[in-house]
Amino acid sequence: MQPMIVLEDVDKWYGKNFQVLKSCSLTVSPGEVVVICGPSGSGKSTLIKCVNGLEPVQGGRISVKDMEVTGPRTNLPKLRSHVGMVFQHFDLFPHMTVTENICIGQTRVLGRTQAEAEAKTAALLERVGMSDHARKYPIQLSGGQQQRIAIARALAMDPIAMLFDEPTSALDPEMITEVLDVMVELAKEGMTMMVVTHEMGFARKVADRVVFMDGGEVVEDTPKDEFFASPKSQRAVEFLSKILDH
Amino acid sequence: MKGWNWDGFFEYLTNTYILEGAAVTLGLTIASMTLGVVAGCVVALMRMSPFRVLSNIAYFYTWLIRGTPLLVQLIIIYTGLPQIGIKFSVLEATLIGLVMNEAAYLSEIIRSGISSVPKGQSNAARAVGMTDVQMMRYVIAPQAARIIIPPLGNSVNGCLKTTSIASIISMEELLRRTQVLIQEKFMVLELFVVAALYYLLMTTAWDLIQRRIERHFGRGYDIKADAAEQR
Repeated sequence: MQPMIVLEDVDKWYGKNFQVLKSCSLTVSPGEVVVICGPSGSGKSTLIKCVNGLEPVQGGRISVKDMEVTGPRTNLPKLRSHVGMVFQHFDLFPHMTVTENICIGQTRVLGRTQAEAEAKTAALLERVGMSDHARKYPIQLSGGQQQRIAIARALAMDPIAMLFDEPTSALDPEMITEVLDVMVELAKEGMTMMVVTHEMGFARKVADRVVFMDGGEVVEDTPKDEFFASPKSQRAVEFLSKILDH
Repeated sequence: MKGWNWDGFFEYLTNTYILEGAAVTLGLTIASMTLGVVAGCVVALMRMSPFRVLSNIAYFYTWLIRGTPLLVQLIIIYTGLPQIGIKFSVLEATLIGLVMNEAAYLSEIIRSGISSVPKGQSNAARAVGMTDVQMMRYVIAPQAARIIIPPLGNSVNGCLKTTSIASIISMEELLRRTQVLIQEKFMVLELFVVAALYYLLMTTAWDLIQRRIERHFGRGYDIKADAAEQR
């Protein structure tokens, strides 16, 4: 089967001296859910932003389905319109209502009519449990609600894969579940997902593989059960003991 | 002592010669603000450009214009440049001077507005597949506008009054025409008060317009107003 996302020996520097990503390789098959974890500063957020070209890389190769991400002639806007992304701080457009947030990409990028976009939006709001908030502005919503809208905004583009960059890190504990529920649902429906997160409960429940990063390197890339039962590297053991210890 | 002449005052208040002068003032303001915003955007984008040369040119431009009085610039353009063979009509010289000034000041206002939009917004816009132009138009510009409008409104107010400086190169705007009539009738106080009232009328009208614009770009930021709109 053709892989969905491929990263091959990806190198990235900030400036001349600091290498954030060191020869990172990773493959995600269609329908697979891959959780990326690791201590802060390990490069996991940078890595996931490279997949849709939000961060440029200096070495290696990245592709999504049959589209090359790296390379001078890539049509990045087109590529990104097929790959959904959800950010740590939601980043909804504050000057647009919930509906406008979800419609803008559909109408302006995909060329759907306003009516088509609104119908799709209504269905997605239903799905993330936010139908009552269609006409509100982001400022009127809680963090968990905003993140569910951000997920709906990404899904509205009918993406072939979804990237999640610490989607629950900025949320109060009581709001984490409502966002994870939507993500679990999505995973069960067969969406290809790359998720940077510290939510090991989520990883246990739906991940196929866990990738552990440290110091800009992919230290481990193992099936979920193996990772939790017997991590191979000392660094992963230490990391797990720290985050599972309470 | 001559005393205040009410009849003269009311006569000049509705004088078409003065009224036309006020219309010219308004026209100059609209033209220089419109062209100034466009030119100001160009200067702002140059200033923020990663290319050092462009950014330096923009910096030099604002430094030069903001560092010298408009009065001096107008005299150089209209009276000085013909000495080296560059001639402009009064209207051309006035517009060049005003637009150059507005562009310099507005570029800094526009730059600060654009920089005030969080980085996450451009990432979010790109992530749904917007091109840079779409991102600017639908995401960055509307949010920058909220920051830009109050100081921009200040500039419009200032520009309405600054146009009077062009009277020095005989631009036939409100102040110049007022002065012409004073030469004829010597009703100094009455005529200057009439001119002041016209300026006041125009700046007040702009004030009302500005408030509406601010409300438009403020949506999504004021919880109470937004809630009222949804009811």
